[in-house]
Amino acid sequence: MDSALIPEGAKRCSFPKFAIGIVIVGAVLLWGVFAMGLIWWKGLNQTNMNDYYGFALWIWADLAVIAVGGGAFFTGLLRYIFNIDELKNIINFAVIIGFICYSSALLILAIDIGQPLRGWFIFWHANVHSMLTEVAFCLSAYFAVLTIEFIPNILENRQANKVPFFRHLAHNMHGIMAVFAATGAFLSFFHQGSLGGVAGVLFGRPFAYREGLLIWPWTFFLFTWSAAAFGPCFTLLITKITETITGKKLVKDNVVNLLAKISGWMITIYIIAKIIDTIYWATVTAPSLGFNISHFYTNNGFYGYWILITEILVCGLVPGIILIMKSTRENPTLRLIAFILGVIGICLNRWVMVLQVMAVPVMSFDTWALYFPSWQEIATTILPVAYGIILISVTYRYLPVFPQEAELNAVEPAAETE
Amino acid sequence: MKQENNKEHKFGMVIDLDKCTGCGSCMVSCMSENNVPFKEDESNKKDSITWMRVYKLTNGKSFPDTETAYLPRPCMHCAGKGGHGHSPCVSVCPATATEYGHDTGIVSQIYTRCFGCRYCMGACPYHARYFNWWDPKWPEGMENYLSPNVSPRMRGVVEKCSFCYHRYQAARDKAYHEGRNDIEENEFQTACTTACPAGAIVFGDLNNPAHKVHQIVKPDPHPDKWNRHVVGKSRNPKVFRLLERLGTNPKIYYLSEREWIRRKGDNYLDGEWDKIKNHHGSSSHG
Repeated sequence: MDSALIPEGAKRCSFPKFAIGIVIVGAVLLWGVFAMGLIWWKGLNQTNMNDYYGFALWIWADLAVIAVGGGAFFTGLLRYIFNIDELKNIINFAVIIGFICYSSALLILAIDIGQPLRGWFIFWHANVHSMLTEVAFCLSAYFAVLTIEFIPNILENRQANKVPFFRHLAHNMHGIMAVFAATGAFLSFFHQGSLGGVAGVLFGRPFAYREGLLIWPWTFFLFTWSAAAFGPCFTLLITKITETITGKKLVKDNVVNLLAKISGWMITIYIIAKIIDTIYWATVTAPSLGFNISHFYTNNGFYGYWILITEILVCGLVPGIILIMKSTRENPTLRLIAFILGVIGICLNRWVMVLQVMAVPVMSFDTWALYFPSWQEIATTILPVAYGIILISVTYRYLPVFPQEAELNAVEPAAETE
Repeated sequence: MKQENNKEHKFGMVIDLDKCTGCGSCMVSCMSENNVPFKEDESNKKDSITWMRVYKLTNGKSFPDTETAYLPRPCMHCAGKGGHGHSPCVSVCPATATEYGHDTGIVSQIYTRCFGCRYCMGACPYHARYFNWWDPKWPEGMENYLSPNVSPRMRGVVEKCSFCYHRYQAARDKAYHEGRNDIEENEFQTACTTACPAGAIVFGDLNNPAHKVHQIVKPDPHPDKWNRHVVGKSRNPKVFRLLERLGTNPKIYYLSEREWIRRKGDNYLDGEWDKIKNHHGSSSHG
């Protein structure tokens, strides 16, 4: 039915099977859209946020998708600026994942603000001292860059590519992609960093507050580095999931291992920096403000020390070591475990830097605050996941996303299913 | 004559916790004066709007040694680190919807510019900022009792204590029409101050030595020698501020004869209070 749109030589499942999958995920998406409509119509009283939890599930989701979407800018940097040629085989997918993550982040932000129609005030009345202003500018600009990076891949669709203008445009855009990759890396450095700065500058919140370099708290640099480190883990994890669902090998092992190795070293360096930061914060910064580290962890079952150990050791140091050691990295099971742990670790870090910041009491007579999201918050957080699945399904079906797919699957075409 | 003040004010407050009975008059008068909306069911205090909120403190001892005190908490109108106006909330607002008035020391909230990101709420360690989760609804007929001088806020924006800024504007207008350059101490008093039956709240200009608030607080004109971020520290050993060590530099001071209450004002490591308590107020500056 849609065979004319499917990349030449590629095998895809039947259209009805594809459509059924899209309808199922689409139903989840519509659930999220319904919740989004409720929130826009009735306001943020549809959430379980309150005056203690002004930042909650959505801001975590924002920070998390932007962190895991960091695979796009970092892979682009490696491919186009550091000229690591093998990565051309995964860069398209990294860009698509990045596009999904960043468009999701913008959507979540649009839901999260109390007056969505005034969202543009952040640009019009910009406060240059606010980290959130920097986030808004760099995030929007980088999303534009990601769109530009995505366009050539769209134009390579079999039908679009028959149009000479589109074919030449895609070709020429590929030619100057290094400029956009550099721009993307520059913008990402600042918005990933300023997202870290959002928490780090809160000098009224000793759990979040960090000293730093000039106007940038240490969390600025930690967030940038961690996004570059863990972003590729997410790209590779989604690649693996896509391979499992399609039943095809889409990227050669040498490419996966190369990106995994780089990610492993980045994670390990990050974790060392994070451990130093945590020790300095726990022994110098927080005590200078009158707080023992135990104040932040032991008064509450949910935010116990386990969260710190899980984030730094189990989901930081462990995946880092697995990925830097050749023997463990090249073991597919261990490698996959490392990707999963890495993604959990970075998401947990963002959770801690949003939710735990709000939970910890600061005034001596105040109490811990706990929160559980409403179904509307959960639905709107799942919405981007459903949207991402649909976009990946559509792009995989109709665009030449994986350059190595034909070569890797040529020998046994009969076994191909989606 | 321009309608401006020639002098830089620093409006602030000192609350005598030994006089406060916890009656809540300050809360009621504040809500009434500033058209603060309320919910039909106010049982969930974490999404109730209380520009002025009274906390109950206890000394943690069991009977018969139990002592309680009440601590009214308006917006602290923080001057930020070093007193430069970079309050925790002002510095983070992405849309400049909250500003520090360098001529008054008052932290304003511009409701029509706030787009409801709530970053300021996360930044405030005092929980002095509130979000309008709902549109304000007044019981039938109550609209007639709303103050015409204060605009009600719509759903989706943040609000907080303004130190009854409209009263300051009215006092300034009056002085202008009478050909005066400045206002008198009694011409600008907040609603909570005037409503407190115990006279526990004293409001005025911390920069003006003739004002009672200045005389009680005796603000130090120099930065704290142990923490350069702290300015305006009280030289009265019985006066303290909430979370002074963070460098937020609030303009709400508290007064108490009781040591356990003063200790509640901040966080201290084990054994630290005993070393620090004698450095508070005038004793810390020789």
